[in-house]
Amino acid sequence: MPKITYKDKDGISKTVEVENGLSVMEGAIQNEVPGIDADCGGAMACATCHVYVEEKWLDKLPKADDAEVDMIDMAHEPKKNSRLSCQLIVTDEIEGLIVTTPVKQS
Amino acid sequence: MKKTDTIIIGAGPVGLFAVHQLGIKGLKSVVIDNLDKAGGQCIELYPDKPIYDIPAVPECTGEELTKKLLEQIKPFNSEFFLNERVEEVKHDKENWIVKTNNNKEFSAPNIIIAGGVGSFEPRKLAVKDAEKFEEKSLFYAVRDKEKLKNKNISIFGGGDSALDWALELSKFSKICLIHRRDEFRGAPHTLSEIKKLEKEGKIFIKTPCQLDSIKGKDKIDSITVKFDDGKTEQIKTDVILSFFGLVMKLGPIAEWGLNMHKKTIEVNAENFQTNKKGIFAAGDICSYPGKLRLILSGFHEVALASVECFKRARPNEKYKFEFTTSSKTIQNRLGKK
Repeated sequence: MPKITYKDKDGISKTVEVENGLSVMEGAIQNEVPGIDADCGGAMACATCHVYVEEKWLDKLPKADDAEVDMIDMAHEPKKNSRLSCQLIVTDEIEGLIVTTPVKQS
Repeated sequence: MKKTDTIIIGAGPVGLFAVHQLGIKGLKSVVIDNLDKAGGQCIELYPDKPIYDIPAVPECTGEELTKKLLEQIKPFNSEFFLNERVEEVKHDKENWIVKTNNNKEFSAPNIIIAGGVGSFEPRKLAVKDAEKFEEKSLFYAVRDKEKLKNKNISIFGGGDSALDWALELSKFSKICLIHRRDEFRGAPHTLSEIKKLEKEGKIFIKTPCQLDSIKGKDKIDSITVKFDDGKTEQIKTDVILSFFGLVMKLGPIAEWGLNMHKKTIEVNAENFQTNKKGIFAAGDICSYPGKLRLILSGFHEVALASVECFKRARPNEKYKFEFTTSSKTIQNRLGKK
């Protein structure tokens, strides 16, 4: 199973194994990683699973669609490397992915 | 104080179907919701998105589902109290007393909390002092546009609300529209109007940038925005309007003494009662082993909760399970002959 690392704003990180096909958000919720709220449960409707993706991984992930980009506008302190973790599906391609959670989700 | 058999908190699909399940058992209910309309997440988050997993309904949008549910519960004439947020829940002998932020009071032996992920509230600006100016010169909604005449208004956001208000208020105020991307999302007609007004010097557009700080003592004097390249700009501002959608806040529910698991309320899966007798939770807000956050699960949950509600509201009557296809009593309640 691919390993995903979640870093918080203070740099404290937690690495967990997430099953292929699950989202990076689900990986966080199932492993009780703090900093990802996912209020809407993955319906791309709330922007509370917002993460910053480390640069080198950005190109390996499918691009955000319009709906995701619009929703990121609503997130707290969005940046160029912002993504919604509910839209990032875990595959072997992204083994070792590192995401950082924002200061707060809403 | 209004007396009823069951107080339903939340007018989303699960709260609405609770009216039905209580109604066919002859129980009265009232529905309270913080939004200005029924439908909950279905109407607020995805009114136009199709839902494919409502049994026997191959496809319908959040709005269609809400309309159908409202039609289905019409015979029960339940009263809706919208724009009301439940603040307090107190015990009074056999009944629960519920009080809203507008001091409306309700009393009933049962409460069904079908509150989704909490109440919807505007997403607030996170910069220092934002709170200090809130409702004075920083607004998350426009209630009285007369007060926004002849001002320097900075509008944040890139969606319909931001664009529509920029157009409307540009008729009598100086508008600065600020968005974190170069691209705005709105109706083509609105976008071309905005472009036109920008050329005429009636609307100023600042992108890609975000709010950095607010200056002012009792009222806002100016704001500073920070562009993606790191440059900053000070903008003379009397009023800030911010349109970053809504967030869901659990709010006062956490203080009612219910056993909680993360942001959800623990229930038993037999009747969806919480640790407090007579308080039930259903839909996204409840948790029990195996819980699925699906609308159809919420429907099942309120069906079972309504049985226990009946027993508590009618302690001297025996509960009798009935089918809508064959029960004359239910058919009468539904207004069918």
